[in-house]
Amino acid sequence: MRLLKFALTSLFFYLLLKAPGFFWDKPIPSSLVSMYMFFIVITVLLVMTITDEGARGLFAPIRALVEDPSKKLVRNAVFVILPLAAVFLAYDGGGLKATPSELRATHPAPPPLTRGYGKTFDLATLENPFRKIEKEDPEAFKSLVKEGGEVYFKNCFFCHGDKLDGRGHYAHALDPKPLPFTGGDTIAQLQESYVFWRILKGGPGLPREGGSSISAMPAWEKELTEEEIWKVILFLYDYTGNTPRSW
Amino acid sequence: MKPRFKSILSLTALAALQLLFVLPYFFSGALAAEATGAFGPAPVLAAGDYPKVTGVNPRMFVWMAAQMHLWFAAFVLAVPIFVLLLEVVGVIRKEKRYDKVAYEFLRVSLTAYSITAITGGLLLVGLIVFYPDLMKYLSSIFGSTMLLYALFFFVESAALYLYYYGWKPMSSGGLKWAHIGVGLLLNASGTTLMFIANAWVTFMMTPAGVDMAGVFDGNIWHAVRNHLWGPMNLHRFIANIAYGGSIVAAYAAYRFLGASGDKEKAHYDWMGYTANLVAIGALLPLPFAGYWLTAEIYAYSQQMGITLMGGLFAWLFIIQAVLIGALFLAANYYLWCGFKRGVNGERYLKYVRYLAFVIAATFLVWFTPHTLILTPEEASSLGGQYHPLLGPLGLMPAKNIAVNIMLLFTFLSFLLYRRSHRTPTVKWARAGNAMEAALFTAAIANIIFLGVYYGYFTNSVYKVASSVPQVATTLFVIAACLVIEYLMHRNSETAELKWGRVPDRSQYALFLIAVSFTWLMGLMGFVRSAIRQHWHVYSVMRDNSPDAFTPSIAYAAKTVSVGTIIFMAIVAFIFWLSHMGREGEADE
Ligand code: HEC
Repeated sequence: MRLLKFALTSLFFYLLLKAPGFFWDKPIPSSLVSMYMFFIVITVLLVMTITDEGARGLFAPIRALVEDPSKKLVRNAVFVILPLAAVFLAYDGGGLKATPSELRATHPAPPPLTRGYGKTFDLATLENPFRKIEKEDPEAFKSLVKEGGEVYFKNCFFCHGDKLDGRGHYAHALDPKPLPFTGGDTIAQLQESYVFWRILKGGPGLPREGGSSISAMPAWEKELTEEEIWKVILFLYDYTGNTPRSW
Repeated sequence: MKPRFKSILSLTALAALQLLFVLPYFFSGALAAEATGAFGPAPVLAAGDYPKVTGVNPRMFVWMAAQMHLWFAAFVLAVPIFVLLLEVVGVIRKEKRYDKVAYEFLRVSLTAYSITAITGGLLLVGLIVFYPDLMKYLSSIFGSTMLLYALFFFVESAALYLYYYGWKPMSSGGLKWAHIGVGLLLNASGTTLMFIANAWVTFMMTPAGVDMAGVFDGNIWHAVRNHLWGPMNLHRFIANIAYGGSIVAAYAAYRFLGASGDKEKAHYDWMGYTANLVAIGALLPLPFAGYWLTAEIYAYSQQMGITLMGGLFAWLFIIQAVLIGALFLAANYYLWCGFKRGVNGERYLKYVRYLAFVIAATFLVWFTPHTLILTPEEASSLGGQYHPLLGPLGLMPAKNIAVNIMLLFTFLSFLLYRRSHRTPTVKWARAGNAMEAALFTAAIANIIFLGVYYGYFTNSVYKVASSVPQVATTLFVIAACLVIEYLMHRNSETAELKWGRVPDRSQYALFLIAVSFTWLMGLMGFVRSAIRQHWHVYSVMRDNSPDAFTPSIAYAAKTVSVGTIIFMAIVAFIFWLSHMGREGEADE
């Protein structure tokens, strides 16, 4: 009976992990579910085997199945069904049917230096030239943000969305998808120099370390001026209420 | 010839050999500096400057030799710390068993000591054969410290032999204290050795005392005291204690499982418990030393910092989190299994499931990655790399909450364990319990509040800053509860612990802890060294050998895993050997 309890407990947690996928269309990635389940099953196993009696009780049915002479019929049945099940799983394709998952670094390390507009930027020390105006002259800052907004709605919202949530018209056709600027996962974690580099160089300028890093993000160095890029960055942070990382 | 003299001789020969290798480099470097009156820039190398030996991959050779050397060195540095501690405790408590265990362990480490010297020699040969110009450059700067290193190596060897062979003859009266003095000398010289070697390694990562071209300013102290030297010294020192504890515990587990009588079983059970306690105790402050190290890396070069934490190497930190979590789970399991050593243990068994639940839950939060591995279908239904529920769990604040709660609950397991054989008799026992419960509740509330509020609702700067009060809360509760426990259990009814009364299963937890430690050291050591990327000496001397690329994580993980297996096999062999040789002698 302890074996049943063990199976049910594990199943319960498994269903819990699957729930966001069933009910909400936000599945927890299967790679993570298997990692979680691995440790959940182990923990349940540990708890149930602290004492010798517990361990014996847990494994008793399995031991009985293998050793008990009176269970001959069940034993033979199990030893036929198990290999057949394995054959079926293998034939059916099992895990192979799913498209392979990808390990991709969305935020790979930037190069120390990057070139653009005929000069070299040192990303370690680069700062947004307009950022200091935020305190010095809030009014002027506002109009800079507004100009940044114009840049955004002329160039970026097709992909990044009019709410900056990464859901623009084109977004659904792209892979990897345009990133949202809202929420705490993207620009909120980045320094402005990093964002500057990403806009300047786009998908083509990504370093190779992040796996296949081709993305549809255009390189903007030919289309926008340096000032325009800094302004649109102001807009991205201002609109989403995020603050750039400063360390 | 007596075997002990043979081994002393062979070791001395080895040390001399190492010295012989270093000396010409030292003098050529020093002479060159003398001749020109100043130090030259770091050499600019081409692929042709790296000697080739058919059939040998230079990087792999040096990597493996360095890794093996480091593991054995950590082992032989840690064990004497441990042994000395036990010896002193034994003298203070006047209990023979501490002395016995200490001596037994020193014996085991003796074989490891010569293997350390051998792997060190291999590493040196590898470096000199495959990277001669790098070695020339480094020894032109560090030559004097290399001599010092050799000197301390001799001192350490001498102290070790005196310490070991003097154990029985110097076991009483003032001589015992002299013996402890020798132990102190042994530890001091061992630790100095490590500090010196750390200076070379950290110089390669965060060079100081040289200009952009690598021209040395002539002051050795500048080069030694580079950015990472301090944090690396601290981190490695603490980690060594934890590591030593875990290896000793694994040894005890090995002997426990093979023990023939109840008396032997009890002895090794006790040894395993004590060693494990030291290991876990030393593990607790380790993350903070790690934070310091990381912060210094960021401070030196943001580029290096992002490579470390933000890029692909971040995945090795996930693996690190998984292994450390597994380590804590194993340590807790070991404690829970030990409840039965005490007469009252039975009554705490029912709480185990709740403890396990909390620890497992925090553990899962702890290793939840920020950037997920997704199939394209999953990516399109999530609309990006981040999950709305899991995204926040992937960030630092959630992990800080998780790890602090995990520490607190591990501590709770420990408290329950201690109560398995004591019943407080003081009048205020109830109030004392209530006080501890209140402390725990308040601490958890505070940790969660600090984490959630500062972590998700304020600017990034506070995010890091909030981890300090969180840790302070945890440490405070641990200290306060220990004091309350101490007062509450004075004159309590203490039943003798029934050592040896644990299931065999629990011993495998000790093995797991030792293996996890070893693996962790290898993996994170790889990251530490790989963030230099294509530099021998970061930003000063470029690595232009054919191997100057960052291998894939899979490749690195496989290499380290194979290394771990080899190392563990050798350690198992050493355990077996030390046991073998003693079979005939009566164990007093
Ligand atoms: C053709 C569609 C497209 C357009 C137009 C576009 N982007 Fe992007 N952008 C992307 C995609 C796709 C990504 C995600 C790439 C990835 O995951 O590596 C991205 C990523 C980014 C990032 C990186 C965010 C991060 O967290 O690293 C920034 C910043 C950015 N875009 C800004 C802009 C700005 C500013 C504009 C307008 C000037 C713009 N993008 C226009 C498709 C687009």
